[in-house]
Order: sequence, then C-alpha cells, then structure tokens
Amino acid sequence: MTALAGHGPDADSGRGPHDAPVDPFLPRPFVVRLHRQDTRDTFTLVLEPVDGAPLDFAAGQFTMMQAFGVGEAPISISGDPAHPERLEHTIRDVGSVTHALVRSAPGTLLGIRGPFGTGWDVASGRGGDVVFVAGGIGLAPLRPAVLDVCRERDAYGRVLLLYGARTPEDILFGDDLRRWGAEHGIDVEVTVDNGQHAWRGRVGLVTQLIARGGFDATNTLALVCGPEVMMRYAAAALAERGVPRDRLRLSMERNMKCGVGLCGHCQLRELFVCVDGPVLTFDVLAPLMSRAEV
Amino acid sequence: MRTIEEYLPQHPFFAGLDNSVAALVSGCARNVHFRPGEFLFHEGDAADRFFVVRHGRVSLEVRAPAGPAVVVDVVQDDDVVGWSWLVPPHRWMFDARSTDQTSAIVFDAVCLRDKAATDPVVGYALLQRVVTVMADRVQSARVRLVDLYGAPA
Repeated sequence: MTALAGHGPDADSGRGPHDAPVDPFLPRPFVVRLHRQDTRDTFTLVLEPVDGAPLDFAAGQFTMMQAFGVGEAPISISGDPAHPERLEHTIRDVGSVTHALVRSAPGTLLGIRGPFGTGWDVASGRGGDVVFVAGGIGLAPLRPAVLDVCRERDAYGRVLLLYGARTPEDILFGDDLRRWGAEHGIDVEVTVDNGQHAWRGRVGLVTQLIARGGFDATNTLALVCGPEVMMRYAAAALAERGVPRDRLRLSMERNMKCGVGLCGHCQLRELFVCVDGPVLTFDVLAPLMSRAEV
Repeated sequence: MRTIEEYLPQHPFFAGLDNSVAALVSGCARNVHFRPGEFLFHEGDAADRFFVVRHGRVSLEVRAPAGPAVVVDVVQDDDVVGWSWLVPPHRWMFDARSTDQTSAIVFDAVCLRDKAATDPVVGYALLQRVVTVMADRVQSARVRLVDLYGAPA
C-alpha cells in the first residue's frame, strides 16, 4: 500500500488535469447547482467546480465532502463518469455533516477532496454477465457503474440489478430503475422489507433474488453495495451460486478521514479502506467480514 | 404448459422423492388459477392444502385492525406457499392473496398429512422439504428484523 497514491485524476504524476500539483488535503471549491430530495432522508446534490476543471473519477470512488465550518464526510459519487464536469453525490441525512450537506441550497459552496479509492472496474466484466446487488443507499455508489454498462450495453451479457429497500417510499432512483430496464435491457428486481397493501412488487430479502436470478455464475462479475450485514449475506449467496470470489466485489464503508492512507481511521486489519478500497474483492474480505472489531 | 407429472420432479421441493412418494404427491395435486385480488386462503382457516406457484405472484399478508393489510412476504414462480398444513393446529397464520394472474398447483394436504402420519418415509421426506421452506422464511424474517436499511444507531 502506498500512501498518497492511486487517487485523483492523474495519480502517477501527482498532477491534476490542468497540470497543477494535486494536494490531496486541499479542498477544491464546488458550487451546488441542483438540490433534489430523493426519499424522506436522502438527497442528491449536483455540483460544478468553481475553477471549471472537471473532476475525473472512476465508478465506485468517493470524495471527502466538506460543509465549511461544519466538517467533512466521505461520500460516494453517484453521477455519470462520462460527465466529470458534473459531480453528483447522493447523501443520506444521518449526522451533523451530512445534515449540513443535504441542506445546501443551489449556490452554496462546498469543499471537495478526491476522488479517492478503488473503483468497481466494471469493464473487466465485458463479455460476461453482470449482477449488481444493492441495498438501501448502496444503490448510489453502484449507479456510476450501471451507467457505464448502459453506455456499452452490447459488450455485456445478461445484466441484473437486484435492489432491496426498507419500504417502497425508500426506493432510490425510481426513474433510473425503470429506464435501465426499459431502454437498456437490464433485469431490474426490487424488493422491500416492509410492503403495504398498495405495493405490488416483491417483499423479502434481496439475497432471495440471487438464488432465482438467471445468470451464468462462473462467467459473472458481481458488484455489491449496501449495509455490511446485507453484503455478507449477498456475497455468500453469490459465492454459493458459483460466482468466483475474485469476481465478486463489495464496497466497504469505514470511517474515512484523510482519504490517502495516512491517518488510519478506516483501517480494516491490514487494509486502509480509503486507498485499498472501498471496492474490494470477496476473497480478500471474506475472512474479515465474519469477525467482530477487525 | 407441462403436466403436473412432468413439472413436479424438476421442482426443487419435490426433487429426489422416491417414485412411490412422487406418485402419491402427484395424485393429490391439481392445477388452479387465481385472478388478481383473489385469496388462496385466509388467516385462521383450516390449513388443508398447500400450493406451488407456477406463474404469478402471491402476497402473504397480515390484516391490520385499521388500515391496509401489511405484506410480510411475496412469493412467485416456483415458490411453495403454505407450511401450516403440517404443523398443528393446522390453521393458516396469514392471508395469501394473488396479486397477479397466478397459476399454481394445489395439493390436498389432508391426504398427504394422513399418509405422513402412517408412513415415516413419506413423513420424513415431506418434513425435510417443508422445513427448508420454513427456514427460508425464518431467515428472511430475522434479517429483516435487523432493519438493515434503517437509520444508523
């Protein structure tokens, strides 16, 4: 693991898109252009860089978002990698920093560091099937990878998106889910934990969708994001179906602070999730996910 | 559509049954169809049958004293509906309502239950399979009880 490596648009040279040196600790100012409420507690912000330089990123990476005067939080990018001029973050209002972020009206200046961490590398699934398994707000970090697949849909075989949410009201990106199914031939299956009479979809665990999903397991790339317990069950179900463990990738959430592997806040035994992850393969994670306090 | 005799041996619930048991089970089965909104059974009624959904969707619901029913589970193609027929007091615990046009196979559970009571081979084979369905439902309920997607503590 190399501190200060593997992040940003031009990590090898340590220089940014406009040949300026990259200081990973210096936030770049971005202005909120659009503020959208997705669910009761989840919001999407669309931001543009004040200096005009696009923020190139890979699907699966995160940034450190700063609400000036309040604090900084790691947030996965939920936007389209093909449009780096438009940085999109989907944020759940769960703490003081995220509360300040989701209350940022259009015109507000926010600080952005990054992008940091590893990506989904969905392109490595070309020629085979792809299975996305998302739980709750875990759909947000997967969205850029789904958009990558949609752009080159013919390069992939069957594509399944299995999504679990708490209630029908908590389903994220409803319009996207419909469009991905109708226009891009993605088999979208949604299930909720608690359904009311009016809900005509599925009620139950997202892992139950894995067993019945029609995909060629040995030639499948599986990308999983959601609460860690859900990912553990989902990964076990995918491995049981025959998806190779090194083709089964999970996005881990830890207390990322510096973003460059120095501070150790996000340590997961020998790993720093901010640089070795957040996307890691199940063969690496399996021994760590079943242990407490690693 | 395949006949019941063709369909059942390929279904995971019935796979591996002895020929004699498979013939017994097939003999207790017939095809049924439900329109959206139609009930397969009601909570509290005698659990004298169970179903395998061939096509469609069925929701398992709890009636609330006020307001709409709460859906606790949804089953669809190839899922088994109902295990109360094998567990005393043989009363349904939930309502089962078809939410789509649903085709299913219904089994005469009284016939199978009586046979299971007198023939341990049949009884064990059926119990093994029903326990698998129950385990799936319990696991699903337990994990959902954790409220994985709820607000972080």
